[in-house]
Amino acid sequence: MTKQMSGARMVVQALKDQGVEVVFGYPGGAVLPIYDEIFQQNDIRHVLVRHEQGAVHMAEGYARSTGKVGVALVTSGPGATNAVTGLTDALLDSIPILVISGQVPTFMIGTDGFQEADTVGITRPCTKMNWLVKDTNRLAETIHQAFHVSRSGRPGPVLVDIPKDVQFALGDYTPMEKAKTDHYQPRMKGDEAAITRMVEMMETAERPLFYTGGGVINSGPGASALLREFVAATGFPVTSTLMGLGAYPASGKSWIGMLGMHGLYEANLAMHGCDLMINVGARFDDRITGRIKDFSPHSKKIHIDIDPSSINKVIRVDVGIVGDVGHVLEEALHLWKTRGARVNREGLAKWWKQIAEWQAVKCLTYKNSTKVIKPQYALQRLEALTKGMDRYITTEVGQHQMWAAQFLGFEDPNRWMTSGGLGTMGYGLPASIGVQIAHPDALVINVAGEASWLMNMQEMGTAMQFRAPVKQFILNNERLGMVRQWQELLHGERYSSSWSESLPDFVKLAEAFGCKGIRIDDPADLDEAIKEMLAYNGPVIFDCRVEKHENCFPMIPSGKPHNEMLLGDADTQGVIGAKGAVLV
Amino acid sequence: MSALNIKKGSTSHSAYELRDPNAEVIEAHTLAVIVENEPGVLARVIGLFSGRGYNIDSLTVAEVDHTGHRSRITVVTRGTPQVIDQIEAQLRRMVPVYAVHDLTAEGPSVQRELALVKVAGKGEARIEALRLAEIFRANVVDSTLESFVFEMTGTPEKIDAFADLMRPLGLREIARTGVAALARGI
Ligand SMILES: Cc1ncc(C[n+]2csc(CCOP(=O)(O)OP(=O)(O)O)c2C)c(N)n1
Ligand SMILES: [Mg+2]
Repeated sequence: MTKQMSGARMVVQALKDQGVEVVFGYPGGAVLPIYDEIFQQNDIRHVLVRHEQGAVHMAEGYARSTGKVGVALVTSGPGATNAVTGLTDALLDSIPILVISGQVPTFMIGTDGFQEADTVGITRPCTKMNWLVKDTNRLAETIHQAFHVSRSGRPGPVLVDIPKDVQFALGDYTPMEKAKTDHYQPRMKGDEAAITRMVEMMETAERPLFYTGGGVINSGPGASALLREFVAATGFPVTSTLMGLGAYPASGKSWIGMLGMHGLYEANLAMHGCDLMINVGARFDDRITGRIKDFSPHSKKIHIDIDPSSINKVIRVDVGIVGDVGHVLEEALHLWKTRGARVNREGLAKWWKQIAEWQAVKCLTYKNSTKVIKPQYALQRLEALTKGMDRYITTEVGQHQMWAAQFLGFEDPNRWMTSGGLGTMGYGLPASIGVQIAHPDALVINVAGEASWLMNMQEMGTAMQFRAPVKQFILNNERLGMVRQWQELLHGERYSSSWSESLPDFVKLAEAFGCKGIRIDDPADLDEAIKEMLAYNGPVIFDCRVEKHENCFPMIPSGKPHNEMLLGDADTQGVIGAKGAVLV
Repeated sequence: MSALNIKKGSTSHSAYELRDPNAEVIEAHTLAVIVENEPGVLARVIGLFSGRGYNIDSLTVAEVDHTGHRSRITVVTRGTPQVIDQIEAQLRRMVPVYAVHDLTAEGPSVQRELALVKVAGKGEARIEALRLAEIFRANVVDSTLESFVFEMTGTPEKIDAFADLMRPLGLREIARTGVAALARGI
């Protein structure tokens, strides 16, 4: 028998049935009935944010660090439009989140009512799927379907828009098991013939390379474990996109570092020079491929992806395998073993020798200083002083983000939360709170740039209120550093609006929020200051004054091939193609 | 001096490659997309085309299964083979899409469009219009002393041809449904 209840109660009931523990949200007229229901129960915790963009990034941080669907609740009109950036962010990075928005009552839709916005219209292109629910009897089923869609296949953001009268009206509650989900069942198992082709190619390749991405993380810890096993058994080198860091451990024997625009020299040259590329859950993003025409010209390419539209979208591959990374890796590994666990040992030995030569270039070398803190040094010290801790890292967007990816090591999946696809400044602080709420006892650090951090700094209030002891590690160069770098390299050193002027006093700001502020500008004090930050039982705003004009290297300028990488400031002085561009 | 050898004061600064590196032959394809007939689904499908810069030459939609709430969208699009593949993959992964058939790639198909064509004229032109309509098997569905409305079905090319002939004879207005298409055979 179905149970009658109000739409608002259904929302809370459906969330409970889906195992939701926390909702990040902000109230308003069009969601008051739902807030009333939240008030009258204790199973679901509500985290009151300071801006709806914060709520969605928190849901993303929560989702990325747990593998569960993150939930945000916003009111109609401005509440919903404030959620758009987060939804788009989650769409591009394939993060499973559900946004529930209030809407004006059904009889007012289309009248330009107070706080009316065409939320499903606005969010259609930035959600995997969205629904406007006009009948309370369909509300519970829709929410269950929304969870199913969000977490199945390639995960992504979904939105359910609920008019206020639908929240008040009574209807039949559809339990989770009864909700119809059969028509959306993405394929999990890969095609057998394609997997056999993959294994055959792996047996003979001379210069193979695993190129892994966020799909490995999304597939779950099992996929990471299988990847590790496969890599260990074959001895193939492995590189990863920004989104895939942690799937294979940074301390692992076969790890050759992140690839891409600011990836490691050895990783990019390996991509360029390999004869077999095994793309596992990555999507040939333009930050990875550089100039398409010259992308990895001599390789056969295998692409494993749960989203068929990712295959042959940008780069044509020789073998496309549509399926879940975990499922495909398991079958491929099994097949490879039963066929005798063969690899081309001779070729592989030579390949590793070549990679070692590239590694010897030590592309992350920078000139340290005793006078100013180099951002790279700050991150190296942070890495050293937090090693072995139960640590989660989020970032904002800019140079600091790339340095964090280069200088911090990730040993496990779900430990690294960054805005890769959309590159959303303002992501890191709220994301760190979402992560901390999910892992109350863990060390959660947001590696930030001062400019990005200001974009959602109001969320420090949320961190304080909900006792989320997040550490805001701000590499303060008083510049929109990444913009400044591009202007230096590509726009004739015309630094148009890339200064961070009139910055707040971050220590006073911390005090104003009631948390701890630390400012530091002498490299000699760095370790002590980091220790002080780590020891503090509460949120910390850490203003690390760093070198203002440091550039982030290596760098492949957009539209350039992998072998035209800039390695350091010296390279930027001359013509590409001479000393700086080391050809393979 | 900057990394890309751009001198101070220079204006050459595009970091992106603007040319399509995969330019190839452009093909027209007729796709049948079977979708859940729910509000917003058509907008989502059309939004895919506009958002990703794909072409729509023609589009028709109607519910074809009232009990199952399924609509059939027939869309004629054009692009390189790679783009067509991508359009189909993008459509297939949409949550409310049940099936996508490439009627151009899957074998022979029949394609029909309906048009209403209004022609106004007197004397010889009027008689000539009527004569041509007969040849094209167009029916007269409305007439006044100075005008006809013809109804005709056929391939888009046939309708184009008919419209071209009517132009000098007093073509006033034309309404077309867009293409409906089915694969031949069972
Ligand atoms: C919302 C948003 N606006 C603009 C940009 C463009 N952008 C990318 S990096 C950057 C500068 C970031 O400065 P900061 O946070 O201080 O980091 P830094 O590069 O200095 O480490 C800007 C403006 C963006 N990524 N996101
Ligand atoms: Mg900065």
